[in-house]
Amino acid sequence: MKPILELRGITKRFPGVLANDNIDLTLNKGEIHALLGENGAGKSTLMNILYGLYDPDEGEIFVNDEKITVTSPRDAIARGIGMVHQHFMLVPVFTVTENVMLGDETTVAGGFLDRKTPAARIREISDEYSLEVDPNSYVRDLPVGVQQRVEIIKLLYREADILILDEPTAVLTPQEVDELFTIMRSLVDSGKSIIFITHKLREVLSFADRITVIRGGKVIGTTTPKEADQNKLAAMMVGRDVSLEVDKNKAEITDTVLEVKDLVVLDDLNQVAVNKVSFEVKGGEILGIAGVQGNGQTELVKAITGLSHPVNGKMELLGQDITHASPRTITELGSAHIPEDRQKDGLVLTATIADNLVLNTYYLDPFAKNVMIQEEEVHNNAEMIIENFDVRTPSSLIPVGSLSGGNQQKVIVGREFSRPIKFLVAAQPTRGLDVGSIEYIHNRLLDKRDDGCAILLVSTELDEIMELSDRIAVMFDGNIIAVVDAEGATKEQIGLLMAGVVEA
Amino acid sequence: MSENEKTQDKKKKDAGKVFLEEVSKSPLTLTILAIISGLILGGLLVAVTTVEVYEAFDVSFWEGIKTGARAAWSTYEALFYGSVGNPGKIIDAIKGGDAEEIRRAVNPFFESLVVSTPYIFAGLAVALGFRVGLFNIGAEGQIYIGAAATVTAAIFLKGLPAIVHIPVSLLAGFIGGGLWGLVPGLLKATTGGHEVINTIMMNYIAFRLSEFLLRGPLKNPDGFTPVSAPIEQSARLLRLFDSPIRFHIGFFIALFVAFLVYLLLFKTTWGYTLRTVGANPRAAKYAGMNIVQTTVIAMVLSGGLAGLAGANEVLGVNHNLALAFSSGYGFDAIALALLGKSNPVGVVLSAIMFGFLRNGAIQMQLSAGIPIDIISVLQAFILAFIAAPAIIRTIYRLKEPDIDIDAVTLRGWGGN
Repeated sequence: MKPILELRGITKRFPGVLANDNIDLTLNKGEIHALLGENGAGKSTLMNILYGLYDPDEGEIFVNDEKITVTSPRDAIARGIGMVHQHFMLVPVFTVTENVMLGDETTVAGGFLDRKTPAARIREISDEYSLEVDPNSYVRDLPVGVQQRVEIIKLLYREADILILDEPTAVLTPQEVDELFTIMRSLVDSGKSIIFITHKLREVLSFADRITVIRGGKVIGTTTPKEADQNKLAAMMVGRDVSLEVDKNKAEITDTVLEVKDLVVLDDLNQVAVNKVSFEVKGGEILGIAGVQGNGQTELVKAITGLSHPVNGKMELLGQDITHASPRTITELGSAHIPEDRQKDGLVLTATIADNLVLNTYYLDPFAKNVMIQEEEVHNNAEMIIENFDVRTPSSLIPVGSLSGGNQQKVIVGREFSRPIKFLVAAQPTRGLDVGSIEYIHNRLLDKRDDGCAILLVSTELDEIMELSDRIAVMFDGNIIAVVDAEGATKEQIGLLMAGVVEA
Repeated sequence: MSENEKTQDKKKKDAGKVFLEEVSKSPLTLTILAIISGLILGGLLVAVTTVEVYEAFDVSFWEGIKTGARAAWSTYEALFYGSVGNPGKIIDAIKGGDAEEIRRAVNPFFESLVVSTPYIFAGLAVALGFRVGLFNIGAEGQIYIGAAATVTAAIFLKGLPAIVHIPVSLLAGFIGGGLWGLVPGLLKATTGGHEVINTIMMNYIAFRLSEFLLRGPLKNPDGFTPVSAPIEQSARLLRLFDSPIRFHIGFFIALFVAFLVYLLLFKTTWGYTLRTVGANPRAAKYAGMNIVQTTVIAMVLSGGLAGLAGANEVLGVNHNLALAFSSGYGFDAIALALLGKSNPVGVVLSAIMFGFLRNGAIQMQLSAGIPIDIISVLQAFILAFIAAPAIIRTIYRLKEPDIDIDAVTLRGWGGN
């Protein structure tokens, strides 16, 4: 097979960081090449160089054996290189056609926009690769998975042969992930080549043709799914052996901590999102809530933590009625919350780490005496949590927003776990984190459980639910359609339940 | 061993580099460069609007450049004399030993501080709003209502000792302004009505209301113009020097209030709540804070601080209430709160700068005949550079900061 793209000796330095260190990479025609590495390993830097967003300090790029220089995305597209960013570059109030033609508009006589020709072309592309995208629908009305296909169409419309997909599965539901991989396969079958950036091992093993692992800006090695397994890849990524299976002690279950009865919660649009849900969580157990994103989990968590109020039903925490309680009352009862959207709900990104570590205790002794904040106590608390929870930071006084995602999550976990808590809601606690941080947070959750804390774990990662939970409740369309013991449950069984299939 | 030395040497170099980088990222550098750039552009503007410069260019290119530079220089010289004083005159006066001559010579400096004082109060008002994510455009109206409340207390309460009368009158100003902030605060909290619109509307109500008061209940019964009666002696803020220096203790009250605002914002749990609600309302809700209540309190505090600016003018400078006594302090305050990065220390420094610029400009116009508008243009340049830091970063090749705090401080235009 002939290489369509070759990177030789790419080096990129940022002040104080060697982001890419002499990287070689070869992409063959018609292959899916996975670029695997932890957050901050240098994957995105490398792709941004290829896409003309950064200038490399050293190194050469060849397309079809011809040396090229790329100084802007426009150059890259002219060379047939296109990129789908992790965060889509779409205008929500424009139609698919308008989004696709943006920057490359066709006009008819008089300078008026011609929407018909591009729309027809988009329909052709959509049919050719069975993308099922309607050129006339508005992007804001499309599910995330379809929006991603619009991004792909943008590249195909510009006749890109090399497609770079940056963390394409991070925002997708499991079904959408499967659809995406079908599409990727049909793209390479018709001669396109794909570089696919990820840190998810399972995806790489099932869908890539070849895998290149990057760590600390260097290529650690290139392998194939046949030669590698999850443990080997994880070790290459992290630089040490990582245990992917968690060791779990037997649960020592105590009294009921949270009892939810016939709960009905509305979403932002006043539609019923949680429909008469009842369950209970006992001390010393992890109840996992499995389900595809958007089946009411977010609204359920909001109601339990007091961020919204149910329209019907009843909730009791440690014997107290919390149905209409405020977040502060619920917190003060001994409840903790790792929020789903850590940057929007869990942290004040511009505030210091120390300030964020007292976000829900700042008004209590010892952090406040009357109304005066005791800075020394706040500082000591920060130093202690940074130490205990292995937050990698030069100081507790820098804005939390300058930390990596994994370290931001450690700040939240550290804050919530450093209080005497009896109940914990952990929503998507490891979303977007690297393997090392995931392992760490999983172990901390299990420690809390072994201490007798009741834990409600909400996750769309089936693996995570299966590994950590003692019991699994599956949510579908606002209902809990089944609660099963984790022991003996199979992935297939839960997967079917997640799709709403209940055995007769 | 030499290895070791090498790494140490490298570390040292890195430290220097890191320091430069930090300076380059620092918002203070940006502010200072914005001021310098504004001054340079202002000088250029003076040069291109001076007729003599064109005539000099007809003689020769260098002559033109020289005349232009001289025109700019003489403008800034007049500005300096007007705002700080003429050093030559000051030295002569001190040598002459005549007390009144000395006071006259140093008066520009103290008069600048007098002008700075309402700026400090109003700047703090807007800055406090910014910190909580609120755009208080209504400081001007709050100044008028604060002044009206103060003047009422200062005229109609009689026979009080100064130690009681002054605080009561100041408090009246705070309450008046606070009420004017409460209305848009409540509207925002209960109906979501945007505070920008509502504070602007409240300004108009305030202007017309104070006009009504000055033509009716507050009008001096002995006069014919819409001016209030003079306030009681016991309510007047102490002046520290004899005429013509009007410098009064209001300046120190302003500094003290700035210190209180600093304590409130950065050292108390209330301030922690205010800042968290401002920086990230969703995280504030998650942490159990009451956003509605915080919004209302913040608007009341902001309005109250602006009200103090009005009270200060009445008690310290004018000793009565007249129509249009505040010529835009409340609007300039928005600009100087931005310039001061919504930090009490920054606000005090910007307020003093604005005070010197404005007072200097008045004197400059009187003595050198240079239009006062040049100062408005200068201020506009500086603010444009502050508001568009990308320009300054590009000109001086500064580094991007790691995280853009301004973007958060200034959230609120349609952001929620």
